[in-house]
Amino acid sequence: MTPLQLFLQQLANGLTIGAIYALIALGYTMVYGVIQLINFAHGEVFMVGAYLALSVLLLLGISQPLTGPVLIGLLLLCAAAAMAGCGLLGWGMERLAYRPLRQAQRLTALITAIGMSFFLQNAVMLLYGATDRRFPALIPALRWDVAGVTITWLQLAIWAGSAVLMVGVQALVMRTTLGRAMRATAQDPQACRLLGIPVDRVIAVTFVIGSALAAVGGMLFGLYYNTVNFHDGYLTGLKAFTAAVLGGIGNIPGAMLGGLVLGVLEGLGAGYLSAQWKNVFAFVVLVGLLLFKPTGLLGERVADRA
Amino acid sequence: MSPWWVAAAAALLVPIVNPNAYHLDVLTGAGLYALLALGLNVVVGFTGLLHLGYAAFFAIGAYAYALLNLHAGCPFWAGVIPAAAVAGAAGVVLGIPAMRVRGDYLAIVTLGFGEIVRIAFTNLERWTGGPNGLLGIAHPTLWIPARGLYDFGVASQPYYYLVVVMVMLTAMACLRMSRSRVGRAWAAIREDELAAACSGIDTFQLKLLAQGCGAAIAGLAGAIFAAKQGTITPDSFDFILSVMVLAMVVLGGLGSVPGAIVGALALGTLPELLRGLAQYRMLLFGAVMILMMRLRPQGLLGTGQIRREPLTDRPPHDARPA
Repeated sequence: MTPLQLFLQQLANGLTIGAIYALIALGYTMVYGVIQLINFAHGEVFMVGAYLALSVLLLLGISQPLTGPVLIGLLLLCAAAAMAGCGLLGWGMERLAYRPLRQAQRLTALITAIGMSFFLQNAVMLLYGATDRRFPALIPALRWDVAGVTITWLQLAIWAGSAVLMVGVQALVMRTTLGRAMRATAQDPQACRLLGIPVDRVIAVTFVIGSALAAVGGMLFGLYYNTVNFHDGYLTGLKAFTAAVLGGIGNIPGAMLGGLVLGVLEGLGAGYLSAQWKNVFAFVVLVGLLLFKPTGLLGERVADRA
Repeated sequence: MSPWWVAAAAALLVPIVNPNAYHLDVLTGAGLYALLALGLNVVVGFTGLLHLGYAAFFAIGAYAYALLNLHAGCPFWAGVIPAAAVAGAAGVVLGIPAMRVRGDYLAIVTLGFGEIVRIAFTNLERWTGGPNGLLGIAHPTLWIPARGLYDFGVASQPYYYLVVVMVMLTAMACLRMSRSRVGRAWAAIREDELAAACSGIDTFQLKLLAQGCGAAIAGLAGAIFAAKQGTITPDSFDFILSVMVLAMVVLGGLGSVPGAIVGALALGTLPELLRGLAQYRMLLFGAVMILMMRLRPQGLLGTGQIRREPLTDRPPHDARPA
């Protein structure tokens, strides 16, 4: 393998995991955008999404790779189930835990989010056990060699799936009435109330959409690594949050860009520096970025808020 | 007689009334949590700096004492001071860059520092033994007249007394600090940093001082932990620990010294009390945290002095909600 091929290979791998980070980062950034809450439990929602997709496969008794329309139908079914389940979870979380705290201290909401994170982790552990669960490889292990760089069908599927969702979210936020209400709520909820925008419903819908995106991220994560564990949500969630900050928190295209950039940095770092320190890269990027460019790559928001 | 003396006397009487080693161990663990909560309370409660990587300083103290002991043969009583000093210095050094951010962002930066420290301890195998940690750390010893050298060993009682005395001393120091000129300056920063700076308070220095003090207390707790366990691994210092300690401080009431101790005792013993529920206990723990925030967000002994900062507050350039 020539150095260029190695580089491109790491780039492709980084873009794959980066696409998953980007999907999760969207939820962080959308929620932060409307209510300035770092929803710590969002990583857990992602993990629940992976388990929901796994449950569908277990119910159907599928553990072998499939092909053709069956494969596509099954992937869509898994995604739909995970999105529905996680959307409901996001709605419930907002309704039961965060909405009563709308006027409370910032720290109160943050601690609630952390408590929620503990709760979900342990709930999944009780339901599915504490050990790694095998996630069936649905997509056949077919690969393409493009100039010596190996690209699998799985990677293509992840890119395609996340691209469709990202374009969808962008269109939803920029083109629809709901999206306009979301953007307005992000700017000034009080004025929105005066104008008759149902702010509470907009916030709830934001949670639902963010959670549904994380659910797909969870399914793709399971397909990619072929194993899921109840504490996967913590680290991946933190990295996705890093991605959101990297792109500029509250900024939707920023979250997508941030996810891809972080994935690539991690892929290249693991390839060239040391795989052992892989998990440090995200944190070093996060800390360095917040210290030197807290607005992120595309953000305009200021970090200086108490 | 003030409630403090009653509590101290009661704490010292516990091993005489109930010498059960398991109960004492649980209480010693809760006491270590109390030390950590007292230290974090200086940072979060007194000064209003949200810190999510506090376990890092606990780790630094523990590793500092362990390394001093293993490589220089330093006994516990001589090692505990440098351990606290190293942790305190780390608090200041990591605090300097973190001065640039506030609020949620400070929380995330400190979280990042905490993770970096833990992963560094895991990966720097040459010095820290990697994931296996360090073994054979000496227990404290005490020279008692006419009885010679007494090794704490693996008994429960001596550590219990050690921790109780340390908690009492630290609590006293914290109370005095909070009532001093420095403590009032911290409170001023917590209530309104801009107004504090305008009144001539050197906010930079005082915020660093708070982080240094808080980190030094964690370092002290870390050294005691290392000496008690005799072995340390990086796993003991994860993010969950930082969160637990923060939850204790918030549960007790931000800025309240007795609150920090009560919160630590409550959350430190709760998992043991819930042990009958076996695997459900951490699930309940999360639920208790959520309910607590909903029903009594100011904490058990909170004074309600903390400035209200509604979640829906906008940045200054926007219109503020009424």
